[in-house]
Amino acid sequence: MITKEEVEHVGWLARIEIDAKESDAYAEKLNSVLGYFGQLDEVDTEGVEPTYHVADIVNVFRKDEVTGSMPQEEVLANTEHKQEGNFKAPKIM
Amino acid sequence: MVYENPDGVRIGLEVHVQLNKLNTKLFCGCSTKYHDSEPNTHVCPVCLGLPGSLPVINEKAVEYAIKIGLALNCSIVEQTQFHRKNYYYPDLPKGFQTTQYDFPIAGEGKIIIEGEDGEHVVGITRAHMEEDPGRLQHMGSIDKSKGTLINYNRSGMTLIEIVSEPDMRSPKEARRYLDKLRSILDYLDVFDGDLEGAMRVDANVSVHWGDRVEVKNISSFKGAERALLYEIMRQKNHIRRGGEITMETRHFDEARGVTISMRTKEEEHDYRYFPEPDLVPLRVADRVPKVRETLPELPDAKRERFMEQYGLGETHARALTTEIKVANFFEEVAEKVDPKDAAVWVSDILKGELNYRELSIDAFTVEDIVAVVELVTGNKVTEQSGVEIIRTVLDDGGKPQDIVEKKGLLKVEDDIVATAVEEAIAENPEAVADYLGGKEKSLNFIVGKVMQKTKGRADAREAREKVLAKLKE
Repeated sequence: MITKEEVEHVGWLARIEIDAKESDAYAEKLNSVLGYFGQLDEVDTEGVEPTYHVADIVNVFRKDEVTGSMPQEEVLANTEHKQEGNFKAPKIM
Repeated sequence: MVYENPDGVRIGLEVHVQLNKLNTKLFCGCSTKYHDSEPNTHVCPVCLGLPGSLPVINEKAVEYAIKIGLALNCSIVEQTQFHRKNYYYPDLPKGFQTTQYDFPIAGEGKIIIEGEDGEHVVGITRAHMEEDPGRLQHMGSIDKSKGTLINYNRSGMTLIEIVSEPDMRSPKEARRYLDKLRSILDYLDVFDGDLEGAMRVDANVSVHWGDRVEVKNISSFKGAERALLYEIMRQKNHIRRGGEITMETRHFDEARGVTISMRTKEEEHDYRYFPEPDLVPLRVADRVPKVRETLPELPDAKRERFMEQYGLGETHARALTTEIKVANFFEEVAEKVDPKDAAVWVSDILKGELNYRELSIDAFTVEDIVAVVELVTGNKVTEQSGVEIIRTVLDDGGKPQDIVEKKGLLKVEDDIVATAVEEAIAENPEAVADYLGGKEKSLNFIVGKVMQKTKGRADAREAREKVLAKLKE
């Protein structure tokens, strides 16, 4: 069971403010999702290798060759908050 | 002698090494040569974390990681993969860092250092690959900051994080470990340690076998030693006053030389690691033999060889093999002159003059030091003049032979010294009488006259002997 407190903690980790009313609602929804995973858990997976990737391939590499970067204006095109070529964020500690 | 470790100090280090000699970043084709560039000019959709962009692993980065693992005597994992370490902080725009978790590319290994009581083994716990975050710059001081500027040029650079066991028993041993690690990495030619941010250190410290405190934000080796000295003193004082040390993370304030507690609410399980779905697993086992073939002779092996091949003592052999560039330089010199003379002139004299000027061995040529050694061993100039030539080359430039001529450093011929001795004695009968009458100091006066007549090019000790011999006749 996911508690209200856990919802608030996860919210904090994601830097999302969740108020008391919302946290109740989220707890309920998340619990129903977890319930579904509970169903998956009922399947006997003894001796089955965990699947991390659906495609059965390994070692996809690229050569160490420069392919270029974006111009600074384009990099900063999606933000209004910039200063001297940097992204500008609120004070962080 | 066994080191007692009276305060029960245990230090473990986590060193982040930036593989800045690669041409490109870990997961994209952005150039790694951003150090003198404008902010946000070495970024692309991948290292900027734009939706829909897909990372692809740099093959050379994997080779370098294996190489480092092998050089640190680590086992190399059969198969590995990358994980996402989730945290929200603007140094990584994706909201997670791509790193390795349960299968680091390199497992247990070791480094041998010069410890408090001779050779000391420091265990390596693991070494794994991960991406470097971007660089944050706080506007104004950290507590009164008005905002943060973010530059993603560094974001996505390849890092190897090397984690040691808590096997170091003093800040001095920690420093030796860092020096040795740097030396090995230089030998491997995988990074340029002089570039800003090439090696960053976090330390775990405990005293009296107690709980460990993590010290972050150490930016230099000297800083590491200072941070550790301070932190050990702080913990000892805290315990003496009846306090208890509990696990925490502290921040090293380089300017003030103190560590400050950083409250953090994030625990490891909060990172919610999970396998990176955008990258397929890496099978590295079959690549190991080929990488092993590219391993150069490492510092310990080279030191042994120098002692054996050139007949050097351990001190010289150690001093000459710490830096690969110095070792190569020495070997070139040793081909041309007696290796023992080469060792003295390169290790004792040249390195001293270079250190004093904060220069590297690149500031001097093999040809010039060979010339100096030949001038001295050929009895053409005095040792003191040899040192003077080196200093002149470093400070004013020029070739040794020209400097000898310009400064008139050639040792004068024996018969010229003999003439000068005769003249000095003939011209100063009073001093001679004084000396013969028991005034020892008068001898110095006569020798001084000889040096004057030869314009200082006679060897003072030889001149003294000649005067004495003449006076005894």
